[in-house]
Amino acid sequence: MSTLTDPPVESFRLSQLINDTRYRSYTFQFIALLCLIALMSYLGLNLVRNLAAAGLNISYDFLGKPAGYDINQRLIEYDSQSTHMRAAVVGVLNTLLVAVLGCVMATVIGVIVGVLRLSKNWLISKLMAIYVEIFRNVPVLIWILIVMQVFVAILPQPRDFRGDNATASMVLDSFAFTGRGFYSPKPIFGDGSAIVIAAFVLSIIGIFLYRAHARKMLFQKGQMLPTFWPSIAMFLVPTILVFFLAGQPITLEYPELKGFNFQGGIFARNSLIALTFALSIYTAAFIAENVRAGILAISKGQTEAAASLGLRPNRIMNLVILPQALRVIIPPLISQYLNLTKNSSLAIAVGYMDLTGTLGGITLNQTGRAIECVLLLMLFYLTISLAISGIMNVYNNAVKLKER
Amino acid sequence: MSDTHAQTVAFVRDTMLPEQAPPTSEAGAVKWVRANLFPDWFNAILTVVALFLIYKILAGFLPWFLGGVWTTSSLAECREVLDGAAGGCFSVLTERWNQLLFGFKYPPDQYWRPTLAFVLLFVAAAPLLFAMYVPKKVLFFTALYPFLAFWLIWGGTILTPIVALVGFIAAYAVFKKVEAQSFAGALGAAVVAAFVVWFIGGFLSGAMSGLLALEPVPSRDMGGFMLNFILGTVCVSLSLPIGILLALGRQSHMPIIKWICVVFIEFIRGVPLITLLFVANVVLAYFLPPGSNFDLILRVIIMITMFSSAYIAEVIRGGLAALPKGQYEAADSLGLDYAQSMRLIIMPQALKISIPGIVNVAVGLFKDTTLVSVISMFDLVGMIRGPILASTEWNGVYWELWGFAILMFFPVCYGISQYSQWLERKLATDHR
Repeated sequence: MSTLTDPPVESFRLSQLINDTRYRSYTFQFIALLCLIALMSYLGLNLVRNLAAAGLNISYDFLGKPAGYDINQRLIEYDSQSTHMRAAVVGVLNTLLVAVLGCVMATVIGVIVGVLRLSKNWLISKLMAIYVEIFRNVPVLIWILIVMQVFVAILPQPRDFRGDNATASMVLDSFAFTGRGFYSPKPIFGDGSAIVIAAFVLSIIGIFLYRAHARKMLFQKGQMLPTFWPSIAMFLVPTILVFFLAGQPITLEYPELKGFNFQGGIFARNSLIALTFALSIYTAAFIAENVRAGILAISKGQTEAAASLGLRPNRIMNLVILPQALRVIIPPLISQYLNLTKNSSLAIAVGYMDLTGTLGGITLNQTGRAIECVLLLMLFYLTISLAISGIMNVYNNAVKLKER
Repeated sequence: MSDTHAQTVAFVRDTMLPEQAPPTSEAGAVKWVRANLFPDWFNAILTVVALFLIYKILAGFLPWFLGGVWTTSSLAECREVLDGAAGGCFSVLTERWNQLLFGFKYPPDQYWRPTLAFVLLFVAAAPLLFAMYVPKKVLFFTALYPFLAFWLIWGGTILTPIVALVGFIAAYAVFKKVEAQSFAGALGAAVVAAFVVWFIGGFLSGAMSGLLALEPVPSRDMGGFMLNFILGTVCVSLSLPIGILLALGRQSHMPIIKWICVVFIEFIRGVPLITLLFVANVVLAYFLPPGSNFDLILRVIIMITMFSSAYIAEVIRGGLAALPKGQYEAADSLGLDYAQSMRLIIMPQALKISIPGIVNVAVGLFKDTTLVSVISMFDLVGMIRGPILASTEWNGVYWELWGFAILMFFPVCYGISQYSQWLERKLATDHR
């Protein structure tokens, strides 16, 4: 006869904390936590002592004080009497401006280069390979400085536009590319321009509705509606009609040469243009590689299968290849956007006043509030990159292969 | 059948005709040009445009390069010699060659030291990079190299690096002795042993500071391309082990350790390197004991190492995630403990998968070392922007200097990426 008994309850011994795998992880975590706390308190203690020795304290009051410096490229109203906070906001907007412009431009260049690198044309594909290798393997800071130098040295100065025998002239009488920056016409919104804008927005919505309708008709009744020309027509016709009916409320203000410089219009400083351009051609080299890899990742069988279903080449591209290639291309593409945004902090090298230039540059130097400024700077970039990677995760989950 | 056939047909050819040469448009160079450059009108236009661009670039570049002046001592003299002709003023490179390479403060009579360290770097790296062609014994030299290079570049008594080396050896010996009893205990004992040796050795090298001493060069005198190279090699080699630890920590089942690693990695990856350099420049001093005087290059090395180790950790995590789960289970079923299974089974495979990513990080890091010029250190870019372009002799020589900077960085980065592709092919076993 055998009886089942509970195993004897082991009494807990201290050595189990090191030798027993059930408890060992607690020991390790406890030690790690202790080390972390010790390190933090050591650093914190040093901080307190150093601040006390320097007669400083951690405070963000300086953000409310007048900044006292000027920012030459800005999207919102700002003058030297505005607060440091306002200067930081100007910097944030400038950073975002460069990031958005740069991302758009980098995508366009990168996609073109990536596709051309796969071209059957030997010369073109070799040229694109050279472009990609040269730009990927040289620091972006050097590119930024070189592009800036190209703009300053090669483009004409405003004085070259003056006089009867001017050596430079404006493009279409409205765009001026000078060594100081680019000037372009600026739209002035008069009375009634709201109607025009509303018409424009409505026509955009209309295009989307129409395309959805066309798709529905295709799937339900097999009836193919034309989409390309109607979309173009809907995009242009209502807006132009309303524009003239409302009596041309939107006019353009052209830049004009007055005195030593151009006045009026939209002015983009050369530092902004050079930074955007350098960042986008640098990032485009990486994007080109991503695009190439994405297209190559789709096996040839997909193209052949689509062709055997009787699809025409452009439909094969649109319906079969691109949706699959995009799944490969977009995640690295977004991380390239992130890189571009972070690299835009190099603006400080060409004197463009982004957040690193205002908050991390002049404000820091003027107020001496190093810890606060750098902390805010890091928080800003951290927020942006966490937001972008959040978007990326949502996208990845949306396009993930739905497998069994 | 065939006999009847012979009568019904008037003529039957019974020998093969010799092959005819293909039409000239379908063979040789003509066919290649037609197929690769002018297959259709769109590509023809592209080719013509590309040829025109190449011509434009060469027409601008070649006279400038070939007509360059290499022997004057200032830009004004250069212009005098050129006298309006097209040509670059490359004498800035010959004139400031040493400054571009070593910075403007490194004592000129000591240039042989960093040069020697640079040459020895190849010897030391060879057994790591080309393990299959280089005898294993060279690895001893690789282990000695960091100490040797430190002594060569920074100078001072040879006792300092020797004491550091002896500390590591003592730590290793103690670790081996105690390892059989307890892994964690051995680690602790090794750390203690190393510190004891370093503490005693500190007095020793302080007392005999003249022994085999090279002229000491302080860190702030480092500059030029040498600084980029020092930062690049030191930070990459330091960040690889730290990155492996961080990746393992992030994969760990222990929540506290996991979260420490996650927060560290995400924080570092979320901010630009330049803010970390600001931290090194202006903030880090607040967190160190009052009166301690870390030199800037050390602070920068700490921050760049943290930066790149976070990126390397993510790359290695990708490699770990790509391993089939069976590998982990197989290691467990063999009865290996965590350290053994990682060292013998998981890491060799995971690292192999991560090679391209690690090399990307290394190349990116080497390029990012130029950012130190923003916090007014005089690396290659800092030298060009600062002392050279600001000098009265060379104010205005841009293209030659930037072209030189490209020429310095491109071969290194391109070489590293080509090496990684070669290594990938070499290690490919086609079953991961």
